Amino acid sequence: MSTPSRTVEPRAAAGVRTITFAQAVNEALAEEMRRDPAVFILGEDVAEAGTPFKVLSGLVDEFGPERVRDTPISEAGFAGLAVGAAMTGMRPVVDLMFGDFLTLVMDQLVNQAAKTHYMSGGKLKVPMVLRTTLGATRRSAAQHSQSLHAWVSHVPGLKVALPATPYDAKGLMKAAIRDDNPVVIVEDKLSFQDKGPVPEGEIVIPLGQADVKREGTDITFIATSSMVVVALRAAETLAAQGLSAEVVDPRSMVPLDTATLVESAKKTGRVVVIDEGHQSYGVSAELAAVVADGAFYHLDAPVKRLGAMDVPVPFSPVLEDLTVPTPEQLTALAREMCGARS
Amino acid sequence: MTGRSAASKTASKKRRGRRAALEEPSVDAARHLETYRQMVRIRVFEEHANDLYLTAKMPGLTHMYAGEEAVAVGVCDALRRDDYITSTHRGHGHCIAKGARLDLMFAELLGKAAGYNRGKGGSMHIADQENGNLGANAIVGGSAGIATGAALSARLRGTDQVVACFFGEGALGQGLLYEVMNMAQLWKLPVIYVCENNLYNEYTHFEETTAGTILDRPRAFGIHTAEVDGQDVMAVATVTAELVERARQGEGPSFLLAHTYRYYGHHVGDIQRDYYRSKDEEAHWRSERDPIALYGAWLQERDIATADELGTIEAEVRDEAEKAVAFGLDAPYPDEGEVTLHVYA
Ligand SMILES: Cc1ncc(C[n+]2csc(CCOP(=O)(O)OP(=O)(O)O)c2C)c(N)n1
Repeated sequence: MSTPSRTVEPRAAAGVRTITFAQAVNEALAEEMRRDPAVFILGEDVAEAGTPFKVLSGLVDEFGPERVRDTPISEAGFAGLAVGAAMTGMRPVVDLMFGDFLTLVMDQLVNQAAKTHYMSGGKLKVPMVLRTTLGATRRSAAQHSQSLHAWVSHVPGLKVALPATPYDAKGLMKAAIRDDNPVVIVEDKLSFQDKGPVPEGEIVIPLGQADVKREGTDITFIATSSMVVVALRAAETLAAQGLSAEVVDPRSMVPLDTATLVESAKKTGRVVVIDEGHQSYGVSAELAAVVADGAFYHLDAPVKRLGAMDVPVPFSPVLEDLTVPTPEQLTALAREMCGARS
Repeated sequence: MTGRSAASKTASKKRRGRRAALEEPSVDAARHLETYRQMVRIRVFEEHANDLYLTAKMPGLTHMYAGEEAVAVGVCDALRRDDYITSTHRGHGHCIAKGARLDLMFAELLGKAAGYNRGKGGSMHIADQENGNLGANAIVGGSAGIATGAALSARLRGTDQVVACFFGEGALGQGLLYEVMNMAQLWKLPVIYVCENNLYNEYTHFEETTAGTILDRPRAFGIHTAEVDGQDVMAVATVTAELVERARQGEGPSFLLAHTYRYYGHHVGDIQRDYYRSKDEEAHWRSERDPIALYGAWLQERDIATADELGTIEAEVRDEAEKAVAFGLDAPYPDEGEVTLHVYA
């Protein structure tokens, strides 16, 4: 999957290179580990192997096996270790190989990490980051393809970021590491080799700041993570057909930049929320509700959602491809909402 | 369950008695050759799976069982068809050893409707319930609960079925395993935990992830343990037969540690491996510890089979596998309507 050209350029101009999403994550971690000795990484095959996706390659050479720490295959255990280390002065970054394994760490995240600050009356804090993945169409079948970011977004006390570009991956990672709360960063595993412009050095994207990835006037696509590229493709197709679509990427689910979403909805009057989680009970419902609530009197059509089908992800490519929203589906839906002849 | 099958079960139980261990003199040549054939079927299946992946005919990724054949075949040799197994991400060997057909397996790996799971599961989720295979599992350690639950079910349903729970030594890191081993021992459940130690959790040597001694872990629960050379199919079959017998007699769970090795990478795409294991080590296992070669030599030494006969078996298996691949490649994909089928029963 390649990233279509951005119409909104990164703000920092100096020393901008084109690097992959994986390199951007790697660079953010390296910079933060140099800056702050409290930052360390733990997870399965993170050191020499640099993770199966090779996102962490080379970090162990610079920071050593103490700070880039290979663990046994004990997700609940090392997530719990991270909570304890974070409560006592460290800033762990947990590498959870697949988002599907969130199921294994949920107690540590939900009952421990998320609630500690609140339950302690503000006395304890858990400044940890958990990186993991989402996304289907990699032929990885039902237990390695899920997009479960809605689960963590539902839990007060956790922050959740969904970078869609190399630039955002770097900037959000740096912000997450510096945040005093547990932050879950979910990366689209199909985007690791996507390239984009990323400035050298300091870029920190505050959590809770949406990004308008493309400006438009007829319809708004609120797109997350893997679906940003789908929305941009649809917008390009629509442009050729005379319809102007705006693409807004919230970039974090928690905190959520409701103002930018509502503002875009008011401008265009039509909104589709597109997200790779299952359509039912997903983050798309929350985003749609925010828009319906904030822009009701400006809307010309009901807010629509496009999500993954409500089925486990099937292995067979012919079936799997049906489950994830496509630019074609989004284009057709947008034309219908804009009253264009199909 | 009907009255008739329950009655015939008791009768057959008496008739059958204990299945002779593979190394006993009473075991006839035909059974030995069948065991040999099963190992070759796994080896050849994996060669094809690897080729299909490398030639981009097979979607996704897959984990090869080649090198570990004696464990699956030895364990399943000691099981009945109605006994259960649970399997892992490295599951082709278990599936074949428990009695699966190669053509339906290839169809599954290729995402075709004719596959064991109608193309919905693929390599990491292949299951064959008719032969008691409750399924491969892409969550490391994920089947420990299922296996132990199947053993509880056997107890509750009043059958004498036994469950073999296959897992790699990496699964020793999962807390679930200890929770269920505790219950299995408390309730004397008929489950055999088969730990296939192929030395590596993905790309990390197991000694870097495993404190203490592996067998001390089940022993802490009072679970009966055994250890075996996982390259020696007869040794595996013989020790498993004892463990199965214990389980059938209501003596409870056991833990079998089998020492073995995978020949290929962790998965088909893991080609560059020097950084975590040496070429010398790989060559040593392939040349000195190959389970098929070792068993083949033993069969010839005992005049149970000639080199020619073993060659014929291999040729037959190659022919079977080629036809099976062709079947899988030619088979149609599922209809699009299948995508929403089977979400709920
Ligand atoms: C719970 C869980 N964590 C991590 C993974 C990723 N993963 C797949 S296989 C594997 C290594 C498993 O090692 P082992 O259990 O020894 O089996 P082997 O691959 O050696 O047969 C890992 C870490 C997974 N599938 N499930």
